[in-house]
Amino acid sequence: MIKVEGLTKTFGDFVAVDDVSFESRPGRVTGFLGPNGAGKTTTMRILVGLTRTTQGEATIGGHHYGDIPNPGRHVGVLLDASAQHGGRTGREVLTLGARTMGLPPERVDEMLELVSLTPTEAKRRVRNYSLGMRQRLGIAHALLGDPSVLVLDEPANGLDPAGIHWMRGLLRDYANRGGTVLLSSHLLHEVEVIADELIVIGNGRIVAQGTKAELLQTAGTFVRSVDNDALARALHDSGMTAVPSGEGGFRSDADPAEVGKVAAEAGVALVELRPADGAGLEEMFLQLTADTQREGDTR
Amino acid sequence: MSAAVTAPIRPLDLSGTPSVPMSRLIGVELRKMADTRAGKWLLIAIGLITAAAVVIFFFAAPDDDRVFLNFMGITATPQGFLLPVLGILLVCSEWTQRTALVTFTLTPIRSRVIVAKIAAALVFGAAAIVLAVLVAALATLLAGAPDPWQNIGWDSIGKFTILQASGVLQGLAFGLLFLNTAAAIVTFFVVPIAFNVVASIWTAMRDIQPWVDLGFSQQPLFLGGDMSGEQWAQLAVGTLIWVVLPVVVGFWRVLRAEVK
Repeated sequence: MIKVEGLTKTFGDFVAVDDVSFESRPGRVTGFLGPNGAGKTTTMRILVGLTRTTQGEATIGGHHYGDIPNPGRHVGVLLDASAQHGGRTGREVLTLGARTMGLPPERVDEMLELVSLTPTEAKRRVRNYSLGMRQRLGIAHALLGDPSVLVLDEPANGLDPAGIHWMRGLLRDYANRGGTVLLSSHLLHEVEVIADELIVIGNGRIVAQGTKAELLQTAGTFVRSVDNDALARALHDSGMTAVPSGEGGFRSDADPAEVGKVAAEAGVALVELRPADGAGLEEMFLQLTADTQREGDTR
Repeated sequence: MSAAVTAPIRPLDLSGTPSVPMSRLIGVELRKMADTRAGKWLLIAIGLITAAAVVIFFFAAPDDDRVFLNFMGITATPQGFLLPVLGILLVCSEWTQRTALVTFTLTPIRSRVIVAKIAAALVFGAAAIVLAVLVAALATLLAGAPDPWQNIGWDSIGKFTILQASGVLQGLAFGLLFLNTAAAIVTFFVVPIAFNVVASIWTAMRDIQPWVDLGFSQQPLFLGGDMSGEQWAQLAVGTLIWVVLPVVVGFWRVLRAEVK
């Protein structure tokens, strides 16, 4: 439904998005994962026609966003929950959207109810909203026109764990009903919870994409012990790989049973021994984050 | 949960979706002006100050001067200050509050938003004139001066309309140019003063002033009396420089601006 092909965007010498291609299909929640400044927001802005591409194109259902009549009725967009007039009430923000799209006023009440903003909260000015409430309002705004596609930039930002759980339920249900969801996040855990498919982007390039199961499935073992140096030496002596991973542990290509045997022979007490699961993805993501973290949080 | 949020989602199909009519966009722009504290109070201020100007004149002026045209004329100055601010706010609040992101996402053809804003600005300008006419007429009736309706006709109402419409549009144009409330307001009010200062020092400037100083060429619009062909020409040139040109350049700027 969403199709991005060979998308490149440069600002002067800076390449923000570098030959990015991916698809986001109906019935799926696609997570767009990358550190701050990786090009997620730029890609989404191009997708909804706010920024011009340098090369390549992005279409929704085969259409350029700008060619879609009354686009709010087809594509729900939330790019920045804080980009609202602080002096308007939550209800007024939705009312302006509903009027633009030509929707009945009852739709505003339905959406407020859907995102659990109470009538009292809806009467308050957005200036007094927490980031979590703004996100809920932004989701309500995106869903106003009963769209078939959702494009959400960092929608879980500012939500507490219960809020993230709620959003997972909402988006899961939306996708199950046949909707297409593309959402971005700079937090692996968030995307892991909400998305079915992942696109990992770093420095403007896609570094991995696939279903969550594919990407999280990492062969090997995660192991942590009271004496990591001794363990690493023992594993190495037995001809097994040992890559530092996660918090104070190692990932090895060998089976958990073999790693356990080596540790027992070396007399190193283990604290944790399990199949590696998402460790590979986590390492890759940490690597990406480390590369860009020095530049600071710019968006 | 109602059916509207549980029904299956249809695949993207644009065939049944008409584009948003301009009338609806104008309606939304009018509402945006009135639904924030700043905007609402500006509208209230325009109403109150218009009425106050008429009331003050009513008590201050000698009986013979309390005619309709004078009451109208006294509203021109305060409205001339406030309507441009309204035009500026109409554009700049979208940028300072970053709502342009939502506005241009719902209406990706940005020129339609700008046209709707221009139309909304003119509606507010027209409403201000209607208010001025009503208050002035009421004051005229109460004053009971001899022959109070002298010299009025479509001609004078038309001139007031040109004056206030050009004021609100000039504000809007400066808003489009600067996309920043403070910069637009300061420039709007400082430029005429700077002009007068320069004209008072630099004599060569005095000769072209009627042609390039819009404040100067607009004076005949509210001073009453007939305007000569040259005065109309001067008004047209001033309007071209200070209203039409900024609208065109501002329009172009907004079409290309990166909306953050």
